[in-house]
Amino acid sequence: MKPAEQYKAPVGRLYGFLLMFLLCSVALVARAVNLQIIDTDFLQDQGEARYLREVVVPTRRGNILDRNGEPLAVSTPVDSVWVNPKMLLQAPEDITPLAEVLGVDADEIERRLTQRSNREFVWLRRRLHPDTAAQVDSLNLHGVFLQKEYRRFYPAGEVTSHVIGFTNIDDVGQEGLELAYNDWLQGKPGLKRIIRDRLGRTVEQVEMVRESQPGHDLSLTIDRRLQYLAYRELKSTVLKHGARSGSVVLLAVKTGEVLAMVNQPSYNPNHASMDSEGLRNRAITDVFEPGSVMKPFAVASALETGRWTPTTPIDTTPGYINVSGHTISDHHNYGPIDVTRLITKSSNVAATKIALDLEPAHMWDTYDRFGFGDVTGTGFPGESAGVLRNHRRWRRVEQATLSYGYGISVTALQLAEAFAALADEGRLRRPSLVMGAANPPTSILDPKIARQVSAMLETVTGPEGTGKNARVENYRVSGKTGTSRKASASGYASRYIASFAGFAPSSDPEVVGVVIINDPSGGAYYGGLVAAPLFSEVMTGALRLLDVPPDNYEGMVVQAVKPASGGDR
Amino acid sequence: MNARLIVLLIALTAVICSALGVVYARHESRGAAVQLGMLEDQRDEYIAEWSRLQLEQAWLADASHIETKAREHLGMQDPEGAVILVVKKP
Repeated sequence: MKPAEQYKAPVGRLYGFLLMFLLCSVALVARAVNLQIIDTDFLQDQGEARYLREVVVPTRRGNILDRNGEPLAVSTPVDSVWVNPKMLLQAPEDITPLAEVLGVDADEIERRLTQRSNREFVWLRRRLHPDTAAQVDSLNLHGVFLQKEYRRFYPAGEVTSHVIGFTNIDDVGQEGLELAYNDWLQGKPGLKRIIRDRLGRTVEQVEMVRESQPGHDLSLTIDRRLQYLAYRELKSTVLKHGARSGSVVLLAVKTGEVLAMVNQPSYNPNHASMDSEGLRNRAITDVFEPGSVMKPFAVASALETGRWTPTTPIDTTPGYINVSGHTISDHHNYGPIDVTRLITKSSNVAATKIALDLEPAHMWDTYDRFGFGDVTGTGFPGESAGVLRNHRRWRRVEQATLSYGYGISVTALQLAEAFAALADEGRLRRPSLVMGAANPPTSILDPKIARQVSAMLETVTGPEGTGKNARVENYRVSGKTGTSRKASASGYASRYIASFAGFAPSSDPEVVGVVIINDPSGGAYYGGLVAAPLFSEVMTGALRLLDVPPDNYEGMVVQAVKPASGGDR
Repeated sequence: MNARLIVLLIALTAVICSALGVVYARHESRGAAVQLGMLEDQRDEYIAEWSRLQLEQAWLADASHIETKAREHLGMQDPEGAVILVVKKP
């Protein structure tokens, strides 16, 4: 049977259908080519949008550690609890257990949520204690969610707050080293593209758009033990003398590293409430007229001329001197003394006589070499350079007052830097707060002169000196007391700054300490009475903690008993 | 004719095998991705735990904390004066 042979279709109709099919398929192919090859993005995007997600990879801020690796600032994830009012208010009986766990009033929560019932996101409490967060989680309430956030903790609290500073709620540094090294500490959050299934589970990671970079850790030169010791002693001294504020700086002589830097008043960086008075790192940002602690630098300048030696006699009779109509006086009439006793007794008259003998340019140059009037270069926010006027504008009386520390403003850190240079045979090092900073010393003073001045400074803690209270048992201590009247709008007020700057052990100095007590109101205000005892306490602890061998130990030497058997180990 | 059929069959088998292989590899990679995600979460949890432990240790080792313990609970005091001796080698 061959039906095809029985019926012959007209050829035209056949070709007509063929043409129609051909056109249809051409149209389809063209559309397919258009979508698949030419205009690929459209389908691709539409498809991907249905399952691809871009997810931020969070990263944490680097820790801040002390010189021994002890943590001073640590970021740790904590949970914050938020609710969807619409969902929670559907089951109001759930509010009571939630309020119980959070330790707040249930009615209060309900009121807040009702007020915001048209929203979908309300923070209930941010940064919960981990235990509380676990309890909230275990309640498993409808419409209550936990969100991970990083929170920064400062385990040493107010002891390190000025140096380290703090961050704001978005983890950005606001003060101190948190601000200065923000870029180093802060990580860069990454971005990854993933495929998720219907239930929100990650099925496949398509690509890492941006690698997340965790923040770097920052190692400080601060020693947490010394920091605590200095802080404790400073706080008790400030309380005892009713002082307005105070600072202590400890510097390692041979590296220029800041071992401790504390100030009063302080604040606890772990809590939000801080008043602006306590925020400043006074040791770096605040300047003051140093008073007699500047005398060693005037003496160093005099020794450099070669016209003065430690034994050059100076007659300070009758205990005061007149310079351009201003009277400069000593506490007592010291009579004829020499340059060494100028330092021992802290004679303003003798210092004046020396200063007036010096070329202003030379005296300015000496002060300048010691770093006065220059920023110390720690990069600390708000660092002050102090004030040292150019010698061309010095009046005669100004040159005289500069020798005993008036008419010049310095920071506690500058003073420590300058004393460290005296202690280390005239080698000046820029103070550093961060470990690993390249810190080559520059020679600014003849080593012989530096040794001579150091020897003079040692007499200050000697039997006739003004700084006997700064002594440290079993160690030789060099230093200088200072008591300066504070300048006010109406000349110099009867308010004082008591200071002591020094180093120990004198035979081979390791640690420089500077103590500044601002406006003590308890009657005593001399540097030798207020600041020197604090220096002694802090230095005693510092030398012990740093294992510095004593250099003054007559009377405590014992001969080791020879072992009966065995041998010398 | 016979040889062409054989070639066709071989090619067909290879295509099916490769397709199955792709499916399998895809499955594997997804499983691995899930595993990776879990491990990353675990790592983050460990890092968090580590930072919490560091904080706890810092708090326990806090100088004021230790000082109070030493002075008040254990009755310790700083050695002073003659208690410190310098021993010279014989």
